[in-house]
Amino acid sequence: MAFASLPEFFAMGGHGLYVWTAYAIGAAVIAFNVLSPILLRKKLITEQKRRERRGQL
Amino acid sequence: MWQAFVRWFHKWSSPKWFYEMSRPWSFWLGWAAVACMATAIIWGLGFSPVERLQGNSYRIIFLHVPSAFLSQATYMTIAIAGAVGLIWRIKLAFYVAKQCVPIGTSMAILALATGAIWGKPTWGAWWVWDARLTSMLILLLLYLGLWALHNAMERAESGDRAAAILALVGVVNIPIIKFSVNWWNTLHQPATLKVTEAAPMHMSMLIPLLLSILGFYLAFLSWMLIRTRLEILDREKKARWAQQEVRQLEAK
Repeated sequence: MAFASLPEFFAMGGHGLYVWTAYAIGAAVIAFNVLSPILLRKKLITEQKRRERRGQL
Repeated sequence: MWQAFVRWFHKWSSPKWFYEMSRPWSFWLGWAAVACMATAIIWGLGFSPVERLQGNSYRIIFLHVPSAFLSQATYMTIAIAGAVGLIWRIKLAFYVAKQCVPIGTSMAILALATGAIWGKPTWGAWWVWDARLTSMLILLLLYLGLWALHNAMERAESGDRAAAILALVGVVNIPIIKFSVNWWNTLHQPATLKVTEAAPMHMSMLIPLLLSILGFYLAFLSWMLIRTRLEILDREKKARWAQQEVRQLEAK
């Protein structure tokens, strides 16, 4: 461990705000990449259902 | 030999064949990415030693370098896939190129954002108009241009072709990003990782950095496959096999 205690870990030697903001943005970018294909997939399903209802399929 | 290669190439460039064969890949690539990234981030945040000059702010490197690498690698993937699509008229290559755009955009944003946050405690400024930062901003603008072209066209095929041409023109920017730290005076430090030399870095910083880079690349492959497979289903929606697949997606 590079830190003696948990509060020290969160403080990051005074750079806590910078480090944790960067990692929060990293988490958001990963969440976007994981979630957006799920939304894409939902859109495909609802669009196909709509076409089925209209009797286009 | 050549004919065998051409046959192999054509088989893989069939969207339906690709859809069938790539079924298990994204799952395993995704979990390998999670393993690499989790190890790298826990190691990098909690166990790597403090940097002598920058203190703990250097821990941003474990996100900054992988996302910057990946945003450029994704761009090259888009450009090469676009060229393949234009030259050999392969639809699948266009689908890959299109679905790489959101991933690359998000990585360029992450590289710029983590860079700005890292710049503040290290250089005393969030942003400077130097060559490396400006060329990375141009990369982000190119990504936004690709996205706009895909969305502006009535026919998806026109968007594919227009975006491929823009992607090929924009390739000029990639060596500029790479060599900007050598060609111009800049605040940005030169490359730490070089193929030809050992990295001037402690092993307990280097290993998590390399693991993080590997994790980002694996995640890219996994996301790119998932997205390309959905794009195939969308573009092939008139084909019965694709409709059948969408019904199966719903059942899951």
